[in-house]
Amino acid sequence: MPFATAPAPHVVAPSSVGRVMRQVLYALVPTVALHVVFFGPGLLIQIVLGVVTALAAEAAALRLRGKPLPPFLLDGSAIITAVLLALCLPPLAPWWLVVSGVAFAILLAKHLFGGLGANPFNPAMVGYAVLLVSFPARLLQWLPPDVAGVEPAALSFVDTLTTILTGTPPARFTWDAITSPTPLDALRTDLALGMTMGEAHANALFSAFGGKGWEWINLATLAGGGWLLALRIIRWQIPVAMLTALFACAAIMSAADPGAYAGPLFHLTSGASMLGAFFIATDPVSAATSDRGKLIYGAGIGVLTYVIRTWGGYPDGVAFAVLIMNLCVPLIDRYTIPRIYGHAR
Amino acid sequence: MATGVRGGLRLDAHKERSTEQALRPASAVETLVMPLDQHAGAAAVPLVKPGERILRGQPIAEPGGAISAWLHSPASGTVAAIEPRPAPHRLGAPSLSIVVANDGRDERVAESARQPFEQLAPEQLREIIGRGGIVGLGGAVFPTAAKLSSARKGHDVRLLINGAECEPYISCDDILMRERAHDVVFGARALMHALAAQTCVIAIEDDTPQAASALGAAIADAHDARVQLRRVASIYPAGGERQLITAIFDVEVPSGGLPADVNTVCLNVGTAAAVAHWVRDGQPLTNRIVTITGDGVLEQRNLEVPLGTPLAALIYDCGGYTGRMSRLIMGGSMMGQSLPHDDMPVIKATNCVIAASALDLQPRAAEMPCIRCGNCAEVCPAMLLPQQLHWYALGRNLDELETHGLMDCIECGCCDYVCPSQIPLAERFRDMKPALLERLAARNSADAARVRFDARTARLERIENERLAALAKKRQELAKKSS
Repeated sequence: MPFATAPAPHVVAPSSVGRVMRQVLYALVPTVALHVVFFGPGLLIQIVLGVVTALAAEAAALRLRGKPLPPFLLDGSAIITAVLLALCLPPLAPWWLVVSGVAFAILLAKHLFGGLGANPFNPAMVGYAVLLVSFPARLLQWLPPDVAGVEPAALSFVDTLTTILTGTPPARFTWDAITSPTPLDALRTDLALGMTMGEAHANALFSAFGGKGWEWINLATLAGGGWLLALRIIRWQIPVAMLTALFACAAIMSAADPGAYAGPLFHLTSGASMLGAFFIATDPVSAATSDRGKLIYGAGIGVLTYVIRTWGGYPDGVAFAVLIMNLCVPLIDRYTIPRIYGHAR
Repeated sequence: MATGVRGGLRLDAHKERSTEQALRPASAVETLVMPLDQHAGAAAVPLVKPGERILRGQPIAEPGGAISAWLHSPASGTVAAIEPRPAPHRLGAPSLSIVVANDGRDERVAESARQPFEQLAPEQLREIIGRGGIVGLGGAVFPTAAKLSSARKGHDVRLLINGAECEPYISCDDILMRERAHDVVFGARALMHALAAQTCVIAIEDDTPQAASALGAAIADAHDARVQLRRVASIYPAGGERQLITAIFDVEVPSGGLPADVNTVCLNVGTAAAVAHWVRDGQPLTNRIVTITGDGVLEQRNLEVPLGTPLAALIYDCGGYTGRMSRLIMGGSMMGQSLPHDDMPVIKATNCVIAASALDLQPRAAEMPCIRCGNCAEVCPAMLLPQQLHWYALGRNLDELETHGLMDCIECGCCDYVCPSQIPLAERFRDMKPALLERLAARNSADAARVRFDARTARLERIENERLAALAKKRQELAKKSS
């Protein structure tokens, strides 16, 4: 009796790229939820704009490359790029910012390098970096968190939507009234003006150990990241190495001069620290390969994030730190090939 | 340099379905087909001619080289033909075979009285084991006598009897250990004698309690303190030779080397039982236990099968195919080979036949690009980076494939199993190995040629120097004479 043949193994685990990507998206739900709680519905609008752009750009690129749409368009990777980039943008940023950033990320950073699995740089961070160097002022216009005690951002959903779509807030608000720097940005400016940490901390944006709102968002991201670790979607090496390096740099500097440098807890709970550690640096495509390589890669991102935040020209350093370490991946991989079974140590 | 066993998978074993029923002999068939190359090494050379009458257990082919094996007739009858027949180890391609027409009388060769193995010298016993046609029954079918001789002389050799049947579906070793533990222990003790070994570990997985208690009782009955039973975690591929040696003795077999390099000889429990049947009872290897399983066959069980029995007959013996039958696999679900039809014989390597239905096989989704998630590296028991090997295999980059240890891949399929992109990694790696092997061989022969060339140059130089020296001496002498 004849039978069709197939290569071994004859069983495979029921997993797929789409499932991995969906789990990453679910893990971002707490972060997005708290972001909306503190900064209003702007992020949701940014995410919708970003996802629509990402899918359109993905479809266009696949069509141009002669690739089939069905498995790739819905693999979820483009959606993750859009959500991560949207999370990095100010909630009231004009629509063309997220649209051009996501389009750049998908078309240039992803598909020009070969599409899914072939991009040497994290596409979301490339998109963010392009926006940051092109439109720095727009990217620093954050909202004060709802609990900051400063002028509350009493913007309704419609106000938010109008602001994003027209680029200007409704007539009853002025930009100055509704925007505020992020705690990282405020601290940078104040320290540059010669204030001490103590004086800078008096700013209403700060709470006991982090920035108001931001510390909770970072804790929510930590929870989502922990869930991904438990599911074994990501490995511990990169987040632990990155956060340890960031903590160590901040601990050393603030111990040396507490008046001039922010402490380690502030750094861990500010800006994109947790997002970077669990969702951006862990992007497997652009990260180092071996366990030892991942430790080096993660630690490099942690150190560079601290250096850029503290002495660099931008308030947060995660994006550039990730991109610089993406550049180092081939070198790291070359020197960290693990010992193979049966080979001498 | 040991680190314990790395990687591996916890898989659904699917073994209970074939171990519920006791072992029974397979029904006799009219025609048996014995491929001459069913063991590792050189093909055997026929000792019989078509038309000749033969008895069960009679040698019908002798070893064709240093690494080869004897073949014995699995039945009494006549040699119907010596001709190419489809062979399962060649995936259905023909292989020269002795075809035996069974006369159903089951007449055996007369047994000569056996000396107890303890009274034999180890080398004598190894020679006897070779004459029994015994090869590794775990699936690799390496001639056992050759393996025993690979042990390094003057070292304290350890014997490892492998009862860790880690592949899903296969239960022939489990049933053997449950029902014939005394044969396993007897065979192990004979093998220890053949190796002059002082230690023997019988290793089984921790999910085989009946086998454990049967073996424990048999070891107690043997009153041999040198034989121990050890359990290993049932993580596929715990029963891989290298993985098991690492789990039990905490050493790694060197890359490109043999277990003998770490003073270990590893043999399957089925091989040990076959040694007992031959050394104690005078029965050469003419049958083996085969698991017939899968949702595509009516009755799932283990049969003791004469070698050469067609696979189709085994399936018929077990009630035939179910309507859901879709893929015929020889071996387990992870490393077994998918066969194009069932008109092929059971050979010494046939531990299991899976008649697989769609319920046994998960359909593979369309292959996606590698997203470098690293699941493969985490489960790789050889501690390789399959995601990097895949990348370099795509570009046929032999340099990097060598650096990243392609030849150390044991093709266990763990990487394949966990890949979310559904990439057939094990198949890719299997396909790339010949190209790399060819290159390594070319380099070795280039190295050998360089050594030969250097030696020749040195030799010519030396001869020339000697000639010049002799010439100069002659001149001197001439000059002396003339002066």
